[in-house]
Amino acid sequence: MGAEFVILTLPPLTAAVLAALACALPGNWLLLRRQAMLGDAVAHSVLPGLVVAFVLTGTLSPVPLALGALAAALVAVGLVEAIRRRGRVDPGTAMGAAFTTLFALGVLLLELSGAARVHLDVEHALMGNLESLVWLDATGWSSLLDGAALRGLPPQIGVLAATLLGVASVLWLLRRPLFASTFDEDHARVTGQRPALTGLALVAATATAAVAAFQAVGAIVVIAMLTVPPAAARLLTDRFETQLRLSLLLAAGCAAGGTILGGYGPLWLGAPASVSAAGTIAVLGGLALALAAGFGPRRRPAAAGRPGAAALDGPSGEA
Amino acid sequence: MTALLQAIVLQAGHNAASVVLGAALLGLAAGAAGSVMVLRRRALVSDAMAHAALPGLAAAFLLMAGLGGSGRWLPGLMAGAALTAGLALLAVEALAARTRLPADAAIATTLSVAFGLGLVLLTLIQGLRWGEPAGLEGFLVGSTAGMLRADVAAVAAVAALVLAAVALLRRPLALLAFDEGHAAASGLPVRLLDRMAMLLVLLVVIAGIRLVGVVLVVALLILPALAARAWTRRAGPMMALAAVLGGAAGWVGAALSAAAPGLPAGPLVVLCAALLAGLSLLLRGPTARRRPDRRPLIDAAEGALWTRLRLKEPRSPLLERDDGRTPLGAVLPAETLEALRQGRS
Amino acid sequence: MNAPGAFPEVDLRDSPLALRGLTAGYGGQPVLLGADLTVPPGTMTAILGPNGAGKSTLLRAALGLLRPEAGRAFFWGGDLDRMRGRVAYVPQRASVDWDFPATIEDVALMGLQRELGLLGRVRPRHRDRARAALDRVGLLPLADRPIGALSGGQQQRVFLARALAQGADLFLLDEPLAGVDAASEESILRVLRELRDEGRTVVAVHHDLGTVLRRFDRAVLLNRRVLAEGPVALALTARTLQATYGGRLDPLALAGLDG
Repeated sequence: MGAEFVILTLPPLTAAVLAALACALPGNWLLLRRQAMLGDAVAHSVLPGLVVAFVLTGTLSPVPLALGALAAALVAVGLVEAIRRRGRVDPGTAMGAAFTTLFALGVLLLELSGAARVHLDVEHALMGNLESLVWLDATGWSSLLDGAALRGLPPQIGVLAATLLGVASVLWLLRRPLFASTFDEDHARVTGQRPALTGLALVAATATAAVAAFQAVGAIVVIAMLTVPPAAARLLTDRFETQLRLSLLLAAGCAAGGTILGGYGPLWLGAPASVSAAGTIAVLGGLALALAAGFGPRRRPAAAGRPGAAALDGPSGEA
Repeated sequence: MTALLQAIVLQAGHNAASVVLGAALLGLAAGAAGSVMVLRRRALVSDAMAHAALPGLAAAFLLMAGLGGSGRWLPGLMAGAALTAGLALLAVEALAARTRLPADAAIATTLSVAFGLGLVLLTLIQGLRWGEPAGLEGFLVGSTAGMLRADVAAVAAVAALVLAAVALLRRPLALLAFDEGHAAASGLPVRLLDRMAMLLVLLVVIAGIRLVGVVLVVALLILPALAARAWTRRAGPMMALAAVLGGAAGWVGAALSAAAPGLPAGPLVVLCAALLAGLSLLLRGPTARRRPDRRPLIDAAEGALWTRLRLKEPRSPLLERDDGRTPLGAVLPAETLEALRQGRS
Repeated sequence: MNAPGAFPEVDLRDSPLALRGLTAGYGGQPVLLGADLTVPPGTMTAILGPNGAGKSTLLRAALGLLRPEAGRAFFWGGDLDRMRGRVAYVPQRASVDWDFPATIEDVALMGLQRELGLLGRVRPRHRDRARAALDRVGLLPLADRPIGALSGGQQQRVFLARALAQGADLFLLDEPLAGVDAASEESILRVLRELRDEGRTVVAVHHDLGTVLRRFDRAVLLNRRVLAEGPVALALTARTLQATYGGRLDPLALAGLDG
């Protein structure tokens, strides 16, 4: 693990971990609010936003692309709501209708606009460009302390770090209103909180994380890390803070492990080339979820309220 | 434009015509089967199944190519896709039923993990460079390019099978979709029907992955049903209409793709269906629902008469007419009303 | 909206909750029709009626969770927005997911969210108040346990503790005794009476006539319209009960009601 690792593997690994953390964080809330598919919808709808931004500005610089993607994500959320109301269908159907339409539009625009020739294509949108993040200015581990070399880090890493910081700050700030309104929205409304605003902030945070992560690591890591680590952590504990910590740990572990396994694993096994790091990250998450679903201490639904429920021994000595 | 017209009227060559007909048949089947899923509020389960078709495709390719055959034999790929899509369905159901995860989380996690596995296998195939370029990327968003007659025949056969099954089972399926509890109470084998419906969706998914792609095939199940629902509230006619609309979207979308070979078929078919759904919702959205009662609310004095009737004759069948908008005078003879009014003192 | 002067003008400043012509429902079809109600302070009122009578609708419309089609709810003569700190709502137990990863103390602390605001820190005095509320409903020893393992009665008591921690003057409870074991019912009723004795006001949707007769001060009989309102002994007569339950009430339950 020398210079080659620092140049070729450390940057994608860092980007993957940052992206996974930025997604898993809002994912915990989405899971509890039964909005797990929202990440899916946002991730699919980012593509047309990227293409439109590219067509309008003619560049691939990150800021206009991110703004376009964020706008598309918000359009998707609005579209889902409009279809749900107008078509009188469940949110799942509305989401499925909205995000497939937007994704189809994105693919078509991609082909029509010629953006496909400049590094935007469906496969990259799904799998990301993790492997292309290299740190050419690095000469070895010592470069981590070298200011000049650090400036040569892929810009995506800075963007992802800033996104993670921003998403984490917003969610930390809103943690109690989110907690209270996710548990009992009616009560939150009666006590004069604004659950709709809190929910919107969560959607915006999710969209920001998804957009930033999308460009570096692709849609599949976004969807997987938004849902899988929180779901696995949910099966391991009854405490929210523990769930949050476990999910972040899992997300970071899957991201780091997936980048390394995807990059080196096939070579260790004698295959001629590496496989998609993004896909490997999702598969590792799946393994963790399968283990949690099979053996997690809190995998079963709570027994309370059901006949024969074993309630805690109350001090009033009820049966 | 003429190329498009030629493709639509099946005059753009024999191969293009068979692709267009195959896509139309697929749209018919998807619209009918998708209606059942939309009415049962389980449309996204099929999205997980569709994404999970990718690892099956790739595994089947590896197996067939590894055994020395052509990795691209469509029936073999479809069999592999069916296997993993079916496994994904079981995984979603197990996660939702046996763990505390809600159904949406079960779908989202299964979908992303299965798709991730598919991407790993896809890149493995690309890395192996076995013989021919795999061309499996076409299964992501669909493609009509390079479809062989046999491929079209395989798609059409599966679509026709679904269509025949839906036609045969339309009554019990409509009952299941409309009111599962009632269907069970009236003695229908709900569990078996549910498995049948899922099997039909699975077949639509594997028939659709070549033309429309794994990412977008769910749109073919949802969008025609969404459009049809705007026009009718009854399950049977909705299935029929969704089938027709899906068929139209498949026909026109595939024709567009045949006329402009650079454009992938999946997005074109999906956008045609989306156009139909969007127009249906815009034209029929508000009128398809029950017309809201526009009569004004009655005032407090009129309300007090109803209260008096409730106290005086608790069992009166007239009380069912008390909806906050009907004055008592509209349902009660004048002299009875007067007697009630006199009771005021 | 109602024309001014449609109702007799009375000073509602003393009444924690007053409804005037409140009409509300779902999808343009009102369930609750023109409800008038004046709840005196320091009383314990039960709202009684059959299923579908609009009991929960009444609470939800009064609290603005459902937009009324007509009429208004007054809290101490004013709008709820100015009085939110003084009003506590205990929804139906089944309205939330009890699998939620929260501890019992977490739920009690949610009652203080309004005071804490966005940036406020949970300080020891807040924690003390939450724990005092839990103590009052007998759940303090379980404060650090997850809510997932609670019995129905314990769930209801956690909800009550959340309302108590809020320190409100008016408590609106939706079916606080539904599906609750005898010990929890006793504990909840005792707390509600204590609140009443402290001068606070309790309004609870309830379905058991016997409990109302023995434990509540006032009753409101509701079957889409308010059919009786007043002290229990005056409001509950054979005639009003027959009107409320459409003659479906067991005559034995009515025996001895008419005084």
